[in-house]
Amino acid sequence: MSASENVMSAEEKEAITSLLFQLADDDFLFAYRGSEWLGLAPHIEEDVASSSISQDSMGHAAMYYKLLEELGAGNADELAHSREANERRNSILTERVNGEGVYMETPKFDWAYQVVRSYFYTQAKKVKIDSLCQSSYRPLAEAAVKVRIELYYHRLHWETWFKQLLSSTDEAKKRMNEAITLVMNDFGDMFSFGNQKQAIEKYKLIDSEEILKDRWIASIESVFAALQMDVPTIPETVTNNGRNGEHTVDLNEALLTLSAVYKVDPVASW
Amino acid sequence: MAVSESVSIDRIYEMLVTVKDPEIDTVSIIDLGMVEEVTTSGNSVKVVLLPTFLGCPALEIIKKNTMDAVKQLPEVEDVDVEFVFHPPWTSDRITEAGHVNLRAFGIAPPPRYFQEDGSWHVDCAYCGSTYVTMENIFGPTACRSILYCKSCKNVFEAMKPVSTLM
Repeated sequence: MSASENVMSAEEKEAITSLLFQLADDDFLFAYRGSEWLGLAPHIEEDVASSSISQDSMGHAAMYYKLLEELGAGNADELAHSREANERRNSILTERVNGEGVYMETPKFDWAYQVVRSYFYTQAKKVKIDSLCQSSYRPLAEAAVKVRIELYYHRLHWETWFKQLLSSTDEAKKRMNEAITLVMNDFGDMFSFGNQKQAIEKYKLIDSEEILKDRWIASIESVFAALQMDVPTIPETVTNNGRNGEHTVDLNEALLTLSAVYKVDPVASW
Repeated sequence: MAVSESVSIDRIYEMLVTVKDPEIDTVSIIDLGMVEEVTTSGNSVKVVLLPTFLGCPALEIIKKNTMDAVKQLPEVEDVDVEFVFHPPWTSDRITEAGHVNLRAFGIAPPPRYFQEDGSWHVDCAYCGSTYVTMENIFGPTACRSILYCKSCKNVFEAMKPVSTLM
């Protein structure tokens, strides 16, 4: 790694750092929202499964933060817990609340939303990871191979839920369709690299935004065809682009909760 | 001043056999195929391990247990344990002894072979019956699944098959 770092230009390093923050913050927030389902999932088997998926995803985030640490971006724990909302590069979708209410009081969370968000996000993650396996930044390409293996089970899991609920009762279908609308409203920055688009693509860290979008659509086409549904459209424009640090209030609240314990004693060893 | 005894790689491996999975005390990190490389430089030892799953919360415990085990060798001065994810850990790294030792704990080892459609089959960890159903592909830890045997009516766990071919 040190050899490649030596020949790396400042521009290239910034592009890698930026992409790593996008990947890390995405998985970190996705895992956090997933973990809020602990004890609330529809049945105990699902509680076990989605907790496991959240734990894996947190592991993926931790690994990206570690790669950032190796690039001199700061301490991994601190990057995860201490950065303000405007420094975060996660997509808007991953920061959204699970529904009304809060975990510790009266959570009225929406399982249809969780299924659609998780399926669409995991499928997007797979498209990115497949591409990252060929990244010009070797440490990232090697990490992607490992993530890809674990992702196999996550994708299978959420696709099963997605198909089953959309092949179920009228109420399930109605709620799933409402969730698809909600999720797609926030999907505009999923494949965005923000203002680092040019550099990220130039250094071949990952395929272009456009290619990734097309692959995502292609990857879900057969599932939608089997359900006799149209593949949803990815919005062209966004109100907030998470990749540029533009976020909703949901993120502020999430950061406050998830960093509460860390902030009690930041130097503690876990 | 006495010339210090050089550290033997074989001796280190003997110590690593004593480092068990924190939750499965019949299985060592050698059995699981987690040990990628052991190197020495003078009296310093470096052990490179592969995490089974990246988010496995047992990693820090395994790291500490590995350091403690190697430090028991009087000729060792320093031990460094590092986790790397390249090459990726896959379930075919589990040794034959690992398969036996997993079964001894009541956990079915991961299947060696996949069907052409990517599916796989495991036999009951207790009675060996093939008449089993998958209850949950996700088990109590990231690397395990929960199955049910319709022959002996036991719930059992299996190590998930994990492969780069998936």
